[in-house]
Amino acid sequence: MKLDLEHSLASMKTQLAGYCKKNNIEDAIVVGIHTGGVWVAERLMEAVPTKEPLATLDITFYRDDFTKAGLNPKVNQTLLPAIEDRHVILVDDVLMSGRTIRAAMNEIFDFGRPASITLAILYDLGQHELPIAADIVGECLMLNPDQRVKLMGPEPLNVSVIDTH
Amino acid sequence: MMRSEPRALQLNEHGQLKHFLTLDGLDKAILTEILDRADSFLSMGEQSVKKVPLLRGKTVVNLFFENSTRTRTTFELAAKRLSADVINLNIETSATSKGESLLDTLKNLEAMQSDMFIVRHSDSGAAHFIAEHCTPNVAIINAGDGRHAHPTQAMLDMLTIRRHKGRFDGLKVAIVGDILHSRVARSQLQALTTLGVSDVRLVGPKTLVPSFFEEMGATICHDLEAGLKDVDVVVMLRLQKERMKGALLPSESEFYRLYGLTEETLAWAKPDAIVMHPGPINRGVEISSEVADGEHSVILNQVTNGIAVRMAVMSMAMSGQLQSEEPAAKDEK
Repeated sequence: MKLDLEHSLASMKTQLAGYCKKNNIEDAIVVGIHTGGVWVAERLMEAVPTKEPLATLDITFYRDDFTKAGLNPKVNQTLLPAIEDRHVILVDDVLMSGRTIRAAMNEIFDFGRPASITLAILYDLGQHELPIAADIVGECLMLNPDQRVKLMGPEPLNVSVIDTH
Repeated sequence: MMRSEPRALQLNEHGQLKHFLTLDGLDKAILTEILDRADSFLSMGEQSVKKVPLLRGKTVVNLFFENSTRTRTTFELAAKRLSADVINLNIETSATSKGESLLDTLKNLEAMQSDMFIVRHSDSGAAHFIAEHCTPNVAIINAGDGRHAHPTQAMLDMLTIRRHKGRFDGLKVAIVGDILHSRVARSQLQALTTLGVSDVRLVGPKTLVPSFFEEMGATICHDLEAGLKDVDVVVMLRLQKERMKGALLPSESEFYRLYGLTEETLAWAKPDAIVMHPGPINRGVEISSEVADGEHSVILNQVTNGIAVRMAVMSMAMSGQLQSEEPAAKDEK
């Protein structure tokens, strides 16, 4: 399967700009989830009306499966500004079960109470296990159970669908 | 009763830590994983919110049969930053003084459904004994046992060295003072050797630096100048007055004159050498105030690093405990 990454990113930018305008979101805090989400968020920054630098979130310590999967020892630093009453645009590369986003929202709420959280996702793979949906989607993909999307970056940013078999 | 091998006891079937009793049998990969994870927790300590939910719902018991304020406090803080519930038991003043045996005390704590014991004891092998006799799903962390080991202290020292020197290969390290009574020195020597430091010198008087340490790969120096010559790291140990029985030393002032770290003696080390001390420091006995508070000193960094290392070890042991009950699951997005 061939994916047009640039087209999906351009589509996200258009949607984001329109979304912020419609909802009067100014000076939002864009938060990328390590690692792929940060790369996508870097590309989206120009479409968001904000003076804040990109914030980053590592959700490793908030995963619900750490006791089963163990922990990745190299955890990136979470860099969040004061988010009390701010609009947060949360960015990740892939949405599947929704568990990563659940963990990310828990972590954000440990830092304060944002005015709103908007979810922007490059690839929505369906198969949601939680009541979590993206507001902005680059592309919806229907994959076979053994297929995975793999994002490589940060420069150049590339994507491919790989078979796990 | 036969002692089980520490390696078999502290690792689960996937080779992950489920207790942390000693550095015996732990390879470079596991020690590096502890340091990497501690680095992550250290950067978390700089955030405005210093707490993560990794051990939420778990009960950690600080079981201190021997007093140690700093170790107990940093373990408590580490457990709380992982969101565990913590109980501090000072056994000296509790049920054992009413005649309850150690095993009875432990059985009671197990019945309270504790998930982890942090054990500090003046007898060598105490943590190991408890790990053998507890129900298998309680993780035991050794917070210092007799003269045997103090593995979290050694690992926080390794983290301090790595953060300041950026490597282990080619470093020269001197450990100075009361090596004989020091579980810290023993664990440090093991950690340094495993991580690739080939030049470790143990420095002190003959009565406090026994020659059998040479078999563990260290060089023995009874002269401070030879021991400190060109080293990158100086580890000063506390003179353990409470453990000294018999005439091992002529006097404290004699020790300070021969082995004390002062600005003059520190000049024998490399100009960018770091000075470490596990604390509590005896100013004017093993180290001068100028050095302890000086620019080479990283003694307070060690305390900060200790919290991160203890968080790393606790989270790894808890995850190893839980995974030894069920097969490792796949990573899911």
